[in-house]
Amino acid sequence: MAEKLTGQTIVFQNPPRIISHASVVGKDEGKGPYGKSFDLVYDNAKCGKASWEKAEKKMVSDAIELAMGKGSLAANNIDLLIGGDLLNQIITANFLARDLDIPFLGVYGACATLVEGMALGAALLDGGFADCTLIFASSHYQTAERQYRTPLEYGAQYPPYKQWTVTGAGAYTLGWLGGEVQLTQATFGSVIDLGVNDPNDMGSAMAPAAADTIIQHFIDLQRGPQDYDLILSGDLGEVGKSLLIELLLEKNLSVKKKLQDCGALIFKGLKGYGAGGSGVGATATMLGSMLIPRLVSGELKRVLLVGTGALLSPVTVKQNESIPCIAHALTVEKIPGG
Amino acid sequence: MKNINKTSDQYKKIVSKKQPPITKARNIINAFLVGGLTCIIGQGLWELYILLNLSKDNAGTLSTLTLIFLASLLTGLGYYDELGQFAGAGSIVPVTGFANAMVAPALEYKQEGLIMGLGANLFSVAGPVLTYGMVSAFVIGVLIEVFGG
Repeated sequence: MAEKLTGQTIVFQNPPRIISHASVVGKDEGKGPYGKSFDLVYDNAKCGKASWEKAEKKMVSDAIELAMGKGSLAANNIDLLIGGDLLNQIITANFLARDLDIPFLGVYGACATLVEGMALGAALLDGGFADCTLIFASSHYQTAERQYRTPLEYGAQYPPYKQWTVTGAGAYTLGWLGGEVQLTQATFGSVIDLGVNDPNDMGSAMAPAAADTIIQHFIDLQRGPQDYDLILSGDLGEVGKSLLIELLLEKNLSVKKKLQDCGALIFKGLKGYGAGGSGVGATATMLGSMLIPRLVSGELKRVLLVGTGALLSPVTVKQNESIPCIAHALTVEKIPGG
Repeated sequence: MKNINKTSDQYKKIVSKKQPPITKARNIINAFLVGGLTCIIGQGLWELYILLNLSKDNAGTLSTLTLIFLASLLTGLGYYDELGQFAGAGSIVPVTGFANAMVAPALEYKQEGLIMGLGANLFSVAGPVLTYGMVSAFVIGVLIEVFGG
């Protein structure tokens, strides 16, 4: 059974394994430095569907199908589906679950949704409540942009620190057999708001939440950056990443050489993407297509994955509310001898 | 927030240091160039229509219509938003910007249907401009009526 610590961290006694995974992305992500690592790249973000929302759902359903195929799993092998996305009422996840005859938990933590789902799925496994869970999350540039900002073709000028929503979906199956990486600890973050209210600068809004969760993780486990080969944040972008480094440095935690960010990496080297990618699609695709291969190859042994979410809504932005943010952390390790 | 002991003001100071600066001078020049170029094209069209023996009034209307058509076409082809990122106010302020503000939501909400999608959202961007345009026109009208004799 899992053990609850005094702080915010769960230590899994029987670490659940990631037995299979798949990531599906859009054209722009396919042009980025990790373009060849993704399982499926769509040239057209509409994926042959009548609406952007249906396209996002199609990407998730492809990711789930691929992940189940790779793990040789059928729907009746999966005890529970946990997933979410960025749209109002998490319609991508909810409407997708309609097509699958598997019990479903919809979760929302903005761009921290994937890590939140993985931590929940792992906890249910370790607690003995399930033997196989499937976790998925997605974001889509067009669906997110039209919900949170202005119509796609509207010619507004964005500041250089704006991030671009990643079009991508990822699916992960957790279980006991197969796979080469395992989840060993999870730290659930609390909601933090340091007053940033610019919806074009979510990296700055989220950095304090990421810092808070990372510090808490280190306190709870009596660890420090030296215990990790890499700290991988979700979608802070370049600006948020440099803020996180500074916030941690004030606590004498030097992570500059160990910190990478899924959002900053996914469009690295491409022009016109501001401070990098954002959206849960960044974490959902980069975990499987960038991080897991590096763990499997032995380049990395233990990584702290920090999903970061900006919990704003288009309504709160119009009401000039600042942006509450959350971060959840998950330790991902190569299975010894695996 | 127990691990981060900072006030909102302290944090915002660090944020402003880390944000890449907005290049105001370049934005102003780009806006001037694109806005100016739009006006030159408009003037060129007017001259052309005069050459074609149109009256001054008709030439003015027709050159405006042509600019609106071109901006709508560029919006539909997916170029106007890229122009907007470069030009800022230079592509928003002229009549072409208004055309973009109408066509962009039309394209966007088409997928929710012609009535509740396109029809209901056509003015989602341009609505405030129209509302306050009409309010100020009313105020000016009243002022003229009262003081203008």
